[in-house]
Amino acid sequence: MEKLKDKKLVSASTEDDITSKNASRIEAKDVKVWYDDFQAIKGIDMVIKPNTVTAFIGPSGCGKSTFLRLFNRMNDYVEGFRMEGKIKIEGNNIYKKKVNVEELRKEIGMVFQKPNPFPKSIFENVAYGLKIQGIKDKKFINERVEKALRQADLWEEVKDNLKKSALALSGGQQQRLCIARTLAVQPSILLMDEPTSALDPISTAKIEELIHNLKEDYTIIIVTHNMQQASRISDYTAFFYLGELIEFDKTRKVFTNPEKKQTENYITGRFG
Amino acid sequence: MNSIQKNRLKDQLFKIWGIACTLFGLVLLVIFIGDILIDGIGRIDWGFITDLPSRKAEKSGIFTALMGSIWILLLTTAIAFPVGVAAGVYLEEYSKKNRLSAILEINISNLAGVPSIIYGLLGLEVFVRIMGLGASVLAGALTLSLLILPIIIVATREAIKAVPKSIRDASYALGASKWQTIWNQILPASGGGILTGVILALSRAVGETAPLIVVGALAYVPFAPSNPMDEFSVLPIQIFNWISRPQHGFIENAAAAIIILLLITFVMNGIAVYFRNKWQKRLK
Repeated sequence: MEKLKDKKLVSASTEDDITSKNASRIEAKDVKVWYDDFQAIKGIDMVIKPNTVTAFIGPSGCGKSTFLRLFNRMNDYVEGFRMEGKIKIEGNNIYKKKVNVEELRKEIGMVFQKPNPFPKSIFENVAYGLKIQGIKDKKFINERVEKALRQADLWEEVKDNLKKSALALSGGQQQRLCIARTLAVQPSILLMDEPTSALDPISTAKIEELIHNLKEDYTIIIVTHNMQQASRISDYTAFFYLGELIEFDKTRKVFTNPEKKQTENYITGRFG
Repeated sequence: MNSIQKNRLKDQLFKIWGIACTLFGLVLLVIFIGDILIDGIGRIDWGFITDLPSRKAEKSGIFTALMGSIWILLLTTAIAFPVGVAAGVYLEEYSKKNRLSAILEINISNLAGVPSIIYGLLGLEVFVRIMGLGASVLAGALTLSLLILPIIIVATREAIKAVPKSIRDASYALGASKWQTIWNQILPASGGGILTGVILALSRAVGETAPLIVVGALAYVPFAPSNPMDEFSVLPIQIFNWISRPQHGFIENAAAAIIILLLITFVMNGIAVYFRNKWQKRLK
């Protein structure tokens, strides 16, 4: 990936991607989004390569969360939502009419800002995604649950208490549980919407480490307000402002030598 | 007196006024219950509960009316619970927010305010006459179901509204369909609120008299109903009937029956509170 020195990442070809067969490539083409009359996204093109971590940064209301939620069609539930353009995952436009949204979401996991475990046991939380797929094989479910909890680095802490309510866990543990719950379905893409903003520094560090490890198997996009976090964990950084993609490049480039003045002002804390 | 003292005085005055208002209802209730207990408690024994009605006050029991009330309660639950909850779920989760749904919403609230006697007339026309059910337990239960449906629907919607959006998001994001999300997450999370609403609505139904009189529930039924098409009476009607008699013995009977009826509603309300607390604890 070091080959990609040019700033035109948007059109970067796929041949130099080191893909595992699990992770997926995402392409956005001229994407525009409205909420009623308000245009939240004003025509964005972007290509996100497999097995990378991409950070979306920008001030509140810049459209980064809206853009993130396009990839698993979570905006579909928002009243007044309207969208134009294409979003392709592995070459398939996910906004075509016949797309099965439920199937799509099994491929694209999401972790939210506030840990949101179900008010059920730890085990049931992780097994939920499998259960709704109609999987009944107990042994299979047990294995998947354990694997997901190990991946999320939570297994050692909860293995003796799988029947305990998930709500009894600490905030950091809850967020790792939510990650495990997502991983149990074995998606190829992980969307994270400010996953550490409600957590203390130690929990945050744990989750960042986790993201770093998960990169091997997943394509990860993370929305963050924390500049240090973006520079620590991401390979690419996209800076959004007022519904537009101002700059999208390698993280190191964005943070050391940004192309645009606005980006520089934002990351140096002059506004936002 | 400076303004701080003035404000403090106002504060105290309002507090006293508030206590007085709260006590007003409670004191009346205590006086009423005390009075009823004095009149009726001596009359309650096993025979009073298992005896059939009779012309002689001391031989009369509430068996048929009690059984009628239980039949009504069970049938009304079986009808109103699934229908009301399903309607509430539909309105909250599925219906598009447009003018039609707004009209629907307002009218469901309106229905909750319609006097119960009107429901009785509706039941008489539709269930007793057009559907030909006669003055049966089923006709009575259907009528009462109509009466409490709006309450159940509103309670269901409120309970569903109280489920945090984050739970919904989490379920959808894992690939759950709408129905899976409702069944696996939303209904369990809102179950306490829904059950509370349903039980409170049912305890209202148990005490209803007017609509059942119109539908044709009789004061004197020699046998307890054995199937949904049987004629029936219920406790409130039995009480009403006894009170309107001149002999003192029947007044005593009425007081005793009131105690039983109150007991039933208090127990039901107690169960509702229990469910609410239990569910709240689980969600924390």
